[in-house]
Amino acid sequence: MDEFQPKIIVFACNWCSYAGADLAGVSRIQYPPTTRVIRVMCSGRVSPLFILEALGAGADGVLVTGCHPGDCHYLSGNEKAVRNVELARSLMALLGIDPGRLRLEWISAAEGARFAQVVTEFTAQIKQAGANPLPLKPGSDKNLPENGWDGLSRPSGQAGEPAPQVFG
Amino acid sequence: MFRSPRPEEAQAPGRQAPRIGVFVCHCGHNIAGYLDVPALVESARALPGVVWAGDSLFTCSDAGLAEIRSAIATYNLNRVVVASCTPRTHEPLFQATCEEAGLNRYLFEFVNIRDQCSWVHMRDGEQATQKAQDLIRMGVARAALLEPLEEARLPVQPAAAVLGGGVAGMTAALSLARRGFAVTLIEREPELGGMLRHLDRLYPTMAHARELVERHVAEVRDEPRIEALTSAEVQEVQGYIGNFTLLVRTRQFGREVSLPVPAGVILVATGAQEFKPVGRYGYGDDPRVITQQELEQRLAAGKIPSPISHLVMIQCVGARDETHAYCGRICCLTAIKNAMLLKEHNPQAEVYVLYRDIEVHGTYFEDYYGRARDLGILFTRYTPQDPPQVAAGRVVVYDELLGARLSIPYDLLVLSTPPVPAPGARELARLLKVPVDEYGFFLEAHVKLRPLDFATDGIFLCGSAHWPAHLGEAIGQALGAAARAATVLSKEQVRAPGAISHVDESLCRGCRRCAEVCEFGAIEFVELPLPEAVFFRLTNQPAGRTVARVNPVLCKGCGACAVVCPTSAMQAAHFTSRQVTAMIQAAMGV
Repeated sequence: MDEFQPKIIVFACNWCSYAGADLAGVSRIQYPPTTRVIRVMCSGRVSPLFILEALGAGADGVLVTGCHPGDCHYLSGNEKAVRNVELARSLMALLGIDPGRLRLEWISAAEGARFAQVVTEFTAQIKQAGANPLPLKPGSDKNLPENGWDGLSRPSGQAGEPAPQVFG
Repeated sequence: MFRSPRPEEAQAPGRQAPRIGVFVCHCGHNIAGYLDVPALVESARALPGVVWAGDSLFTCSDAGLAEIRSAIATYNLNRVVVASCTPRTHEPLFQATCEEAGLNRYLFEFVNIRDQCSWVHMRDGEQATQKAQDLIRMGVARAALLEPLEEARLPVQPAAAVLGGGVAGMTAALSLARRGFAVTLIEREPELGGMLRHLDRLYPTMAHARELVERHVAEVRDEPRIEALTSAEVQEVQGYIGNFTLLVRTRQFGREVSLPVPAGVILVATGAQEFKPVGRYGYGDDPRVITQQELEQRLAAGKIPSPISHLVMIQCVGARDETHAYCGRICCLTAIKNAMLLKEHNPQAEVYVLYRDIEVHGTYFEDYYGRARDLGILFTRYTPQDPPQVAAGRVVVYDELLGARLSIPYDLLVLSTPPVPAPGARELARLLKVPVDEYGFFLEAHVKLRPLDFATDGIFLCGSAHWPAHLGEAIGQALGAAARAATVLSKEQVRAPGAISHVDESLCRGCRRCAEVCEFGAIEFVELPLPEAVFFRLTNQPAGRTVARVNPVLCKGCGACAVVCPTSAMQAAHFTSRQVTAMIQAAMGV
């Protein structure tokens, strides 16, 4: 069997971290192909619900990246990101999801090497933690950890329906 | 003057079933050398809403762009996805191409499969291709939900603010003024001139720096379109491309005042300063140990005690090491210049330059270095593992090429140190909301494609604020940055981004949480008149209800308001919850 390759949803702010990720490419710094980057204008746009949505959909990890404190293009979006990520983390705890699956990192436009390093480390950490048992599928209860996941199940909508409306 | 898209307008074309075209770029070998492009096209073709998928060698070439335009017409595409390099460099080009073919630019989606895929997974083509397939699936899912957006047209203030009155700033200011634009030149020091004021001669011509500075200053003073503010510092920056306002603290008539300076563009030319190597090789303790700039100040003032019979220069002091990892770039030529001046002053003098590598690139400079050797200046190579030692008026250095340890006496020991960012560069970067690199030099939008622009529209940079520049380079960059700035100033209007927040007033209950998180004061509240409704008469409620409204000129589109809105009334256009959620689900294949 192939080695477990995690999938990590990365939210990258347009001004710093997305540019940092590009710089890793321009510098040809190699890192594991585990990331699926979603560009947002600001890390402060990342709603806690996006994070839960990603984990609920089966992402093995979620990495929120933004500008360093004091460098936010929108002045304080990264401070808002701290609050939103904390909120997501407390919701994860409530739902029994390992908070280690969520990470917030500051990566500037000049830190290509750091982007690669963060992804490499986070990938190793997620590999250690194992696959996210979500999304729950019928008959997959054997995947459930002892005391987790109970609260979080896929919305009961049928396949093909539009995404459940979330605010945020 | 400004209008934001009304929801019904924005959605009208969006209601058509998506007809998506996907264009996968080879980028020559850069993508196709690592990813299976035919497989990407094949899988894209099977995605919901995709009616056309194809590949091209360079999608950004004229041929590639023509293909996009013709596919839009032929297949009646209403969404375009390009999987290629990075939106940071090429999104505007593809958006413009869509617009030429009659498609709103916000119906374009970029998928980054080069900078964030092929270039970073060069050794694992199979998994990189799988990742690229996921990324394209995500892009297509978002594209299906994209909505056309309108951009407000903003008037342009035909004036420039140039920060820094050194040679770069003065050159840029003169260039813009001579094109007919008003320029405010803002210099922190009491005098214009910058770094050149501290120099003696200029390489390779050996012209006097003072003459060049004086000529520039006189031209600036004679130019009626330039207002030069000295002893002036930027305190605050507001606005956006076309309409900045800088608050500048300066002295006028002996009083400290804060002046508002309106400007359509801002040029950053704040320069650099010499690193002072306190504590190295006796600098700070031994008065015979000075820096190159201090030597030049003495030379310019005619204060070199003659004769100097033993002169030693040490290169790369605080450069290419743990203090500053970069090469100072101008210090080799500076040392060669000053060594020649002193050698000519006293041909009997023994002049040593202790170096790690001599960097004299360019057509004139190798020859210049050769002239220094011909004059009898001794160049001795040392290694960073075995650097020179200074004790009791002598420098001891292991000469790699001779294989011997030399002990050289000195009357004067001159340390060549790298330029470092001007003090306050980081603070200025914060005010302008532009990035600096790890050393504190200003960081351009793209090292090759946009070397004089910041990622933020309407702000440009030149000279040693960017990285250490020779005089000729600083002037060249200044002329270039002025030309870039003129492309903005010569227009009557610029377009404001359309990707801003807006409110569905039917869902808004006026809780004001959006306004609490908005850093830009972009959200106002208005009272909506309610129709004469039986309900309200019966319950005796006051007529009217408060809802949020977004000022499209002030909104920067960060999306923080959308996160806190409890009713989903506030949506960040182009980054809506539905769009982001669709990408997440596409990434995970659910």
